[in-house]
Amino acid sequence: MSGAATVSASEAHKLVWEGSVPLLIHLHDSEVTTLPPPPPALVLAPRLGYLPLLISELKPYFSSTLPPGVDTLWFEYRGLPLKWYIPTGVLFDLLCVEPERPWNLTVHFRGYPSNLLLPCEGEDSVKWSFINSLKEAAYVTKGNCKNVMNMSQSDQVELWRSVLNGNLESYQRVSSKLKLGTFEDEYTENISAVSTASQQNSGEADAAAQVKSGRIPVRLYVWTVTEDFDDLESAPQIDNWDKVSYINRPVEIQKEDGKYFSLNDAIKSLLPEYFPGSSFDNLGDASTKQSVGDERENTCDPDSSSLPLENAEIKLVRIQGIEPCLEIPFSWVVNNLMNPEYFLHICVCLKVSEANALQ
Amino acid sequence: MDQKESVRDITPWDGTLSSSDFFSAACAFSEKWKRFNASVPPWLWVPSRKHHLLSSHKEEGYLSLEGMCLIKSSEEQESCRSQTWKEESSISQEEEAVENATLVQSSCDEVNHYDFHIVYSPSYRVPVLYFRSYHSDGQPLPFGEIEKDLPDHSAKIRSESKWTFITQEEHPYLNRPWYKLHPCGTSEWMKLLFLGDTALNKNGFVIEHYLVSWFSVIGQVVGLKIPLGMLETVSC
Repeated sequence: MSGAATVSASEAHKLVWEGSVPLLIHLHDSEVTTLPPPPPALVLAPRLGYLPLLISELKPYFSSTLPPGVDTLWFEYRGLPLKWYIPTGVLFDLLCVEPERPWNLTVHFRGYPSNLLLPCEGEDSVKWSFINSLKEAAYVTKGNCKNVMNMSQSDQVELWRSVLNGNLESYQRVSSKLKLGTFEDEYTENISAVSTASQQNSGEADAAAQVKSGRIPVRLYVWTVTEDFDDLESAPQIDNWDKVSYINRPVEIQKEDGKYFSLNDAIKSLLPEYFPGSSFDNLGDASTKQSVGDERENTCDPDSSSLPLENAEIKLVRIQGIEPCLEIPFSWVVNNLMNPEYFLHICVCLKVSEANALQ
Repeated sequence: MDQKESVRDITPWDGTLSSSDFFSAACAFSEKWKRFNASVPPWLWVPSRKHHLLSSHKEEGYLSLEGMCLIKSSEEQESCRSQTWKEESSISQEEEAVENATLVQSSCDEVNHYDFHIVYSPSYRVPVLYFRSYHSDGQPLPFGEIEKDLPDHSAKIRSESKWTFITQEEHPYLNRPWYKLHPCGTSEWMKLLFLGDTALNKNGFVIEHYLVSWFSVIGQVVGLKIPLGMLETVSC
């Protein structure tokens, strides 16, 4: 753990906020009306940002060649339309198993696939989605979204602008008012820091360490493989969103005395069907498992099989582009690697048996 | 008091329920719906994962009611609207009428199809109604048209209650855009619903009744009504 201990909380936040993905963006052939076709645009996209926000950078590259019509921006990677409300860094971590730098994407300005993708009307849609996620995170953490709903207009504007511009200081100034600081325990703070600020905080951290439980907003993106892969290049391509299991479920912290709650524990608690032996079960009251209405077809069947499940194996975990050691305290991961809307996004690859594979 | 089902002490209840409670409530709801709404398609439980070997977590899934049709007559919009939502109830002694603007089969061209899903939200710990609408040829309806289908009082409910509004979001399981009724005020009004109903209050809160009560409110926003008989099972 000494690696983690040498990065202070503020350094980690800075690194995360400065994180970016180089993109090489090609205009789709069907929208090229000039010869020669325009060269692709090289853009540095913030990890914490969203693809539709790149329109102002991209438009100048391609405007002269686009066919007439209204711009409806969307992106695809190897034929897979990209969900615009997923942060760019998460898309990259999930879809580009062997990281491609720059990441080659195709952009469209026409022909929006509205049967597949949510409509996106530019920055406003992205902002709405962001604020909505922030409210959800607030609800998860505090049981209500009042702090977000009661934000002043100017604070809201500043918060969104700070995300747009990647301005960490400005963001921290406004977001601290929300008091959504999540999880503190004796493992959160940098153990080797000796500044007075840290000593002042330690009293609070002790008090917070008394907190035995809480809910942490997490979004898990799970894909499965049935065989080991030697290197990332040979990992199977995600060519369909049905191959990704999106789990938007809070992690419930359950602290056992003498043991810290690790990243491994957190991930397994969100996947009880793959890790039945795990001691943490997130799905609520274990007591109410009686089957109801069992004689009806297609309603709630009783458990039909009692085949023992083999445990799945976690092959890859990516958060903010890094593959953390799974034994790291979850509290550290949450406090340092979460996105500005207070969600922790985790990409996980599991190795499972054929029958348990997704799609 | 002599309760067979699980009872919660009403005072500290915050209006939310756990995922496994949702499963119990869903089973009870779909069973009652079938009992009181025999002429209408039943709510089906759809397990969310594609695995067949899952034993202990089959409870994860959602309730689905699909293929409901809203008939529009060829008359003008105004009268059409009042006509589609007016029930032609023939309440008899033996059975309750189906007070839904539905008809299962029709050869009429102007049929709007509706699919409804009740999905549990782990973040808000409440059920959420998702729906989508499409023409007979499968073409999805734009929201403007859906709004015309919704009952008159729906707009009123939605504008008055800061909690209840319709947004378009991706279905949690199906990777497609659906409409949903936003959940963030649900726990508050569910709590109020129970506190305000002395009959319910007296008997304590019973998990199996959650969805019936929830649906009695939410259904109104999209024009699906609960038969009176079904509501009465919750109060006594």
